[in-house]
Amino acid sequence: MITLTIDKTTIQVAKGTSVLDAAKQAGVDIPTLCRHEDLTPLGTCGMCMVDIDGFKDLQRACITEAVEGMQVQTNTPQLRKLRRGLLELVLATHPDDCLQCIKHGSCELQKLADRFEIRTLRYDKYTRGLPLDRTAAGIVRDMNKCIGCGRCVSVCHEVQSVKAIDFMGRGSDTIISPGYGVSMGSSVCVNCGQCIVYCPTGALYEKEMIDEVWEALDDPKKVVVAQVAPAVRVALGEEFGMAPGSLVIGKIYSALRSLGIDYIFDTNFSADLTILEEGTELLERLSSGGTLPLITSCSPGWIKFGETYYPELLDHVSTCKSPQQMLGTIIKTYFAKTHTIDPENIVSLSIMPCTAKKFEAARPEMNDSGYQDVDYVLTTRELARMIRQAGLQFKSIQEENPDPVLSQYTGAATIFGASGGVMEAAIRSAYELKTQKTLGSLDFTDLRGIEGIKKASVDIEGTEVRVAVSNGLSNARKLLNIVAEAKERGEMPFHFIEIMACRGGCIGGGGQPLENTLAKRAQRIEGLYAEDKNLPIRKSHENAEVLGLYKEFLQKPGSEISHHLLHTHYTAR
Amino acid sequence: MNQTDLFLRFKNLSPNIDDYLNENGYSGLRTALTLTSAQIIEKIEKARLLGRGGAGFPTAIKWKASTGKTPSYIVCNADEGEPGTFKDRFIMTHSPHMMIEGMVIAAYAVKATKGYIYIRGEYPEIASNLENSLLEAEQRGYLGKNITKDFSFSIEIIKGGGSYVVGDETALLNSLMGNRGIPWNKPPFPAEKGLWEQPTYINNVETLACVSLILQYGSDWFRSIGTPESPGPKLYCISGKVQSPGVYEAPMGSTVRDLISLAGGVIGTLKAIQIGGTAGPIYPSEALDFHLDFKSMSSKGGILGSGAIVVMNTDTSMAEVLEVEMRFFAEESCGKCFPCRYGTRQLSFMANNIVLGKGKRDFLELMEETADIMKGSSFCPFGKSVEMPVKSVLNNFSGELHALIRQNDYIREVQI
Repeated sequence: MITLTIDKTTIQVAKGTSVLDAAKQAGVDIPTLCRHEDLTPLGTCGMCMVDIDGFKDLQRACITEAVEGMQVQTNTPQLRKLRRGLLELVLATHPDDCLQCIKHGSCELQKLADRFEIRTLRYDKYTRGLPLDRTAAGIVRDMNKCIGCGRCVSVCHEVQSVKAIDFMGRGSDTIISPGYGVSMGSSVCVNCGQCIVYCPTGALYEKEMIDEVWEALDDPKKVVVAQVAPAVRVALGEEFGMAPGSLVIGKIYSALRSLGIDYIFDTNFSADLTILEEGTELLERLSSGGTLPLITSCSPGWIKFGETYYPELLDHVSTCKSPQQMLGTIIKTYFAKTHTIDPENIVSLSIMPCTAKKFEAARPEMNDSGYQDVDYVLTTRELARMIRQAGLQFKSIQEENPDPVLSQYTGAATIFGASGGVMEAAIRSAYELKTQKTLGSLDFTDLRGIEGIKKASVDIEGTEVRVAVSNGLSNARKLLNIVAEAKERGEMPFHFIEIMACRGGCIGGGGQPLENTLAKRAQRIEGLYAEDKNLPIRKSHENAEVLGLYKEFLQKPGSEISHHLLHTHYTAR
Repeated sequence: MNQTDLFLRFKNLSPNIDDYLNENGYSGLRTALTLTSAQIIEKIEKARLLGRGGAGFPTAIKWKASTGKTPSYIVCNADEGEPGTFKDRFIMTHSPHMMIEGMVIAAYAVKATKGYIYIRGEYPEIASNLENSLLEAEQRGYLGKNITKDFSFSIEIIKGGGSYVVGDETALLNSLMGNRGIPWNKPPFPAEKGLWEQPTYINNVETLACVSLILQYGSDWFRSIGTPESPGPKLYCISGKVQSPGVYEAPMGSTVRDLISLAGGVIGTLKAIQIGGTAGPIYPSEALDFHLDFKSMSSKGGILGSGAIVVMNTDTSMAEVLEVEMRFFAEESCGKCFPCRYGTRQLSFMANNIVLGKGKRDFLELMEETADIMKGSSFCPFGKSVEMPVKSVLNNFSGELHALIRQNDYIREVQI
């Protein structure tokens, strides 16, 4: 431990702690615009300058390590003047349209401007007049509002290893852009939206579809059908002041009904369906010498990443569509048929924690029902906005049930929202279906949690099945490199791999409530496992509605019709 | 040995290796190869060689960080981007082998395996001539494989892309590795983790040339030139309103007056002198008596920097000088940190408006405050250094700026 003094408080902190974090422990919130607790400190903004005894110059608290006996001043007249001046410099470049801004109220620049009472601007006001980039399926970029802190670059490079964006230009012309200034839509961006959740201002946000959804709801000819992803149910409450991890699925069903949605289903239903399809695919590949390891295909950010960076491994990726797309297809085929609704009039809406789902829904091959399988994807944040616009008091709203037949789900489905959940759900079913024995414990705790790469092995009838799980695409890259290198040597380190694009899994998706920190993600994960534990059925193959769907419509997992409707293919990019 | 033409003697010789060898060239390296690393570093330390790139950091301290870890690299900083500075160009044009010899000695001392000359992109001709010099050195066995039984060292030339900030060592290393030319936070220092996370030692062209001289003629000889704290010869670059602008050699600690008279004196009446490059203060004529060495200049609140001296006479408008400087800083800021990225832009805007007759009375105060913000919170020395030229113009020539603003106020009122 290290003892140091922050202003008048003497505290002990662990070795390696930054002065900024030490100050936080001493109860002092040093302002910053570029530092984020989840990311490598960047040191770009200069807001966190502090005065440390023995140093000639002021130091950046975020990149200065606390050392024994350090005396730190955080609130001197010089520092106050400097911070206000810096904020003025930034605000001089920033459009003054806070009231129209999507980040109004959650913008970190706005909060600091308020905290330091910037009431006048002495500097020349200039904005850059850059066009909005709306070319990506899930992400809008408004570089006029970019303060160039570099967090998006940091998360895109270090956490995701996608490297879609980087700094370009110099001085005040510095801009963050895809390589060679191409548009986001034609870049290698995978639409994961992690840049959005780490952006302090309104420079990056989801491509909203709220207006289109209201329009569909107002159209008497349209039958609007909604599905809700696993990760939304433990996060939406945050938008209404509830703790991260609070399970609010009953309130969501109720709110959707109040908004005028005609039929409410649950993506968890199709998560169970996915397990039956993907589990069957795994068992088939295991027994028939198919391509292994099999890699999950639920995460559309990962799919585009794989298509871009690992085209040679695409035959490892499960042909199963994601739960969103499976349910979308079923809605416009089975549901339309049984309810005698013309699929033409169905508007299929999904509520997702994810911006890449918008990209996935728009993929040209996602039309096996004869129509675009999913019409609109709303993020968790967008649903919250619709609920607010309708004036619904979400916190006190009565819980309701979804509509039957495509909404029942098991504990195995709900944990799809957490990294390791798909794998755990698959093992629960694969084991029991293959061995016809009942698992003693359903909890595969080795596979849970926010750690980047997790490994385990399961004994299925004398066969050791080795599995691995990764979250965050840089971890996927590590895992895939291991697979690719082993493949060259003719080895197979794993049989089955789960890959989720975002840290922590879907609960950390680019569409989730802000601020989307790793600490909050961990709480959301707890919420999902708590629900799993409390559900009466925790294995996908025991989902009565899913089994009913097979009986009435799909015949059996992996059947011809299943293959036609529930499976897909990939394109090397 | 004439002590004022250690560099200048090559002016009338060819840059070929034979001319250099005739001038005792490579005898320093031959001596070095008979010594241990520690002995060489001791010689450099005893000579009190201070880095000639601008910061004046003791060369021996840099080299002492060597742990023998391999691979490790020597980088010659030949990105001579400081306005008014052209001394490294002189060395590389007239006595490239003096620099190459120093580099090989440095490599031997810190056990480096590979060297890079990072030369500014605007010196393409020098870069291609250097290739020839490297070939010559290799043919004579001073460079390349098996310089001794267990010492091999090769040098590669890398051309810069024209950014000023890459003169900063960490930004230079980023650029050399193919990254964006922006500085990184030290620690880690390059001597611990530099190029590709390996130990890297960066020295300026003139510093390395001085290393050759020290090994050729000895530490005591070197210290007999210049001042006790800043010994050795120095190349100064005199430009602006003097009769014969150019590179001049004089011992460390010579006065500004000495140098200006070497350059044939001022054209017209002296008004201001900028010392140390764009980042140095702009002094009124009293600076004529300043001694040009690291210690004396820092005691005057200035810098020796690269040894650039820009002379201005009474025809020069200080508002225009300020405008040109601020525009330079705004264009060359790498954009990494907020204070520099936005501060340089606003300073340039204000200076430009003063010149255009649109200056406002509170500009001068705001410029000073902006310079303070930049000094206090810029990430690298580039942004911090803006304070010196801004404040020195505001302090030393405020009357002129005020008059310009007042005059414009008056003109505006009359026009209304």
